[in-house]
Amino acid sequence: MKPAIRKATTHVNQNEGLIFEKSSAGKSAWRLPPLDVPEVDTSKLLGSAERKDLGHMPEVSEIEIIRHFTRLSTWNYAIDLGMYPLGSCTMKYNPRVNEVVSRLDGLANGHPYQPEKISQGALRILKTLSDCLIEITGMDAITLQPAAGAHGELTGLLLVRAHHQSKGHPRKKILIPDSAHGTNPATAATVGYAVENLKSDSRGMVDVAALAAQMNEDVAALMLTNPNTLGVFEQDIAKIADIMHAKGGLLYMDGANMNALVGKVRPGDFGVDVMHLNLHKTFSTPHGGGGPGSGPVAVKKILEPYLPTPVVITKPDGTLGFEYNRPQSVGRVRAFYGNFGMFVRALAYTLANGPDGLRQTTEDAVLNANYIRKGLEGAYDLPYSTPSMHEVVFSDKLQAKKGVKTMDIAKRLIDYGFHPYTTAFPLIVPGALMIEPTESESKEEMDLFIEAMRSIAEEVEEDPEMVLAAPHTTRVSRLDEVAAARKPVLRWKPS
Amino acid sequence: MRYLPKSPADREAILKAIGGRSIDDLFAPIPAEYRLNRDLKVPRQMAESEIVDWFRERSRENGDGYATFLGAGAYYHYRPVIIDSLISRGEFLTAYTPYQAEISQGTLQSIFEFQTMICELTGMEVANASMYDGSTAATEAVMMAVRLTGRRSVVVARNVHPEYREVLATYARHQGMPLTTAGYKDSGRVDLRELEESVNQNTACVLIQSPNFFGTIEDVGAVADIAHKNGAMLVVSIAEAVSLGIVEPPRQADVVAMEAQSFGVPLGFGGPYCGVIATREKYVRQMPGRLVGQTTDRNGKRGFVLTLATREQHIRREKATSNICTNQALVALMANIFMTIYGKVGLKELAKQNLAKTAYAAQQFGKHAQVLFAGTPRFNEFVVQTSEDPYAINSRTLGHKIVGGFPLKKFYPELGNAALWCCTETTTRAAIDTAVGLVAESERSVKSSVETGVEEVTR
Repeated sequence: MKPAIRKATTHVNQNEGLIFEKSSAGKSAWRLPPLDVPEVDTSKLLGSAERKDLGHMPEVSEIEIIRHFTRLSTWNYAIDLGMYPLGSCTMKYNPRVNEVVSRLDGLANGHPYQPEKISQGALRILKTLSDCLIEITGMDAITLQPAAGAHGELTGLLLVRAHHQSKGHPRKKILIPDSAHGTNPATAATVGYAVENLKSDSRGMVDVAALAAQMNEDVAALMLTNPNTLGVFEQDIAKIADIMHAKGGLLYMDGANMNALVGKVRPGDFGVDVMHLNLHKTFSTPHGGGGPGSGPVAVKKILEPYLPTPVVITKPDGTLGFEYNRPQSVGRVRAFYGNFGMFVRALAYTLANGPDGLRQTTEDAVLNANYIRKGLEGAYDLPYSTPSMHEVVFSDKLQAKKGVKTMDIAKRLIDYGFHPYTTAFPLIVPGALMIEPTESESKEEMDLFIEAMRSIAEEVEEDPEMVLAAPHTTRVSRLDEVAAARKPVLRWKPS
Repeated sequence: MRYLPKSPADREAILKAIGGRSIDDLFAPIPAEYRLNRDLKVPRQMAESEIVDWFRERSRENGDGYATFLGAGAYYHYRPVIIDSLISRGEFLTAYTPYQAEISQGTLQSIFEFQTMICELTGMEVANASMYDGSTAATEAVMMAVRLTGRRSVVVARNVHPEYREVLATYARHQGMPLTTAGYKDSGRVDLRELEESVNQNTACVLIQSPNFFGTIEDVGAVADIAHKNGAMLVVSIAEAVSLGIVEPPRQADVVAMEAQSFGVPLGFGGPYCGVIATREKYVRQMPGRLVGQTTDRNGKRGFVLTLATREQHIRREKATSNICTNQALVALMANIFMTIYGKVGLKELAKQNLAKTAYAAQQFGKHAQVLFAGTPRFNEFVVQTSEDPYAINSRTLGHKIVGGFPLKKFYPELGNAALWCCTETTTRAAIDTAVGLVAESERSVKSSVETGVEEVTR
């Protein structure tokens, strides 16, 4: 009997198995140098603490590992492949020189506890980056220790709490706009604060009257993202800061959207008391599939005594060192000094730009977001007509009439070769499409994106079913997330 | 600016298309009095070659070319070259958190493999996609135990990494989590009697580290018994992941909080590293951080997704299990590749070499100075007590391009002139012999000056 003609489903690149499925005893990808000290009897040294077996750890060769991970990599979308307009994520180009300099021997192999005398290079990097970030934010002091944005928020609120505590009462709650990232309320809870929601007004900004009404001596701080998650600059920022300060509260700025401000305006100048930066957003360190990040926290003078230890100081002899003796410090938030490798990259980015490059970058980011906005107006509903800074938020209102939601449009966008925008966030816009092109997109790339989005809007009218079934071109089709959560399979097990 | 893909004409065309007259129009929403009308005072724009030169200079000022005996939570192991060649692929390096599963299967499947290997190595049933580092992993693991038991107080062994304990104290302070410390015995291990006295019906968990900060291996079973008979959980922190190749994992623990830096992650002056939390399946819904699960697509094909997101901040906001969002994905990928390279046999052989170098070094040091906690099984660290201040000894080893052990005075003043020394597979016998020679010389000169002193007094 002749075999039926089938689709080529056995294509290797598209069907890479799990590494465990390639393992067999006796294969190896390692070789150790000969021991230059006597061999030891491990069971004599360790006794009952000796481990006999490493279970189902794989045994594979080097070429198999290279192929395995290279094949897996080809299933990922990446900034290197094209536009990645995730709102509030700032998916900008990750310069390669950053990777090179972070791998220089003295920096990559520097031990965090090596004597200060032979750590002057690393200390100089910490100091130079700190100085640059203080200047960029217009603040007075900084800690680089927090490992990511949310970790920076936590650190910032610890400082806020210490400040109020020093006045005799830590206060009870944090005000958070309804447009904020989920990390803001989650952080407030971790620091022992209650969260009070703040409604946005019809422009998508903080409702100043509501803020004035809600502000009282129980409020420790307002956590404000500026520009906010709608990509809108809080125009009443001066009034907001005044309302907070009049009652002894502090203004915390979530710096997730700092890419809209660098070189154009400084948070320290408009009343912010404490803020975090995301080096993996604004300062080009790679997102790496979800980290590492880095979340320095910059503060005004009043909060400086509380910064985590250690802090970098210049000693009388001109060399740099760490200072640990700071009795008012909130303590450590992480072992060692933070994600140093990210500091190297962020500083390399800053040096590559200089003051003119940083400003041009911000201008291009805002220019690009407005170009996207102009290009998609009409095809998608724009819930807030307030001017956009670095990102723009549309809604799926027009498409929802055909039963097509923001996530469906996003999945169809994949077929056009783009990574989707951020879906269904901020929560104040039902069915949100949150688009942040960053400065890294050329006009040509944005034209293609706009064309794709407009084309999808037409497809929704003509053939909504096709859009609902997207993506059609990926290795896997839509995955069953409900089943994954109902009966979690979180590891491979031998069958 | 070379990273910006626009010509002046492009900018003009875009401006025209959006109906703006000037770039400044776009920044009109910012109140004029706050707009910056000057250049930022940051260094001028540099050429790529200048940037490389500047950092080369910093690298040279930073202990380049020194052999190190430092461990203490950051370990110098050899990193196979394919780790960097693979993680440098733009598809891994420049991707975001894998929320869009259909175009993130590479990241997702690799995390699923990472979770599996961490389970195999720790003896736990589930592992997350990573935490910031070992210190925050230990802290979040403790907070997890607080949620699970509904109890609030925590007993911490004093031989847990001091900086991990500092981080825990920072987090615990505002969450009404009283911390009690249990000391250590002459064995270097946690004092079980003190532990017994500290653990009670209010104890959410006991936190120990094994191998602990002194490098000795804890009797995890005995600690687990004390915790469990009081209804408390046991959290075990592991700072030196390579130990798992030869040291029995803490199977009696309820939560393992790990630092995976030893698995192919550069020392990098302290970060980025890779924390991980692993636990029992029944506790998974109280776990912090991201988890990848297996599922199928519409055609029944195997695929992977982020799952159990209802624990996380973007869904639960202030009721989330943690505020963590960005974690250490690319660093977890380094660890993943490292574990894959060494695998079932290599990890054991690698750990054995660490053990052999350390046994040799401890024996050599023991001939001239006091090696503390000597009778207890250890992995790759040991404490040497000298007559002279270890800072003084270290300043002399530097002259031989050697960084000596970590002086313990700051954290354990009761140990006097003690330092924590670490050997890995990268430590050469020659470096050990040189360091031992310098310690021996120090002991001799202290002794002879004491003798001279005695003579002078008698005279």
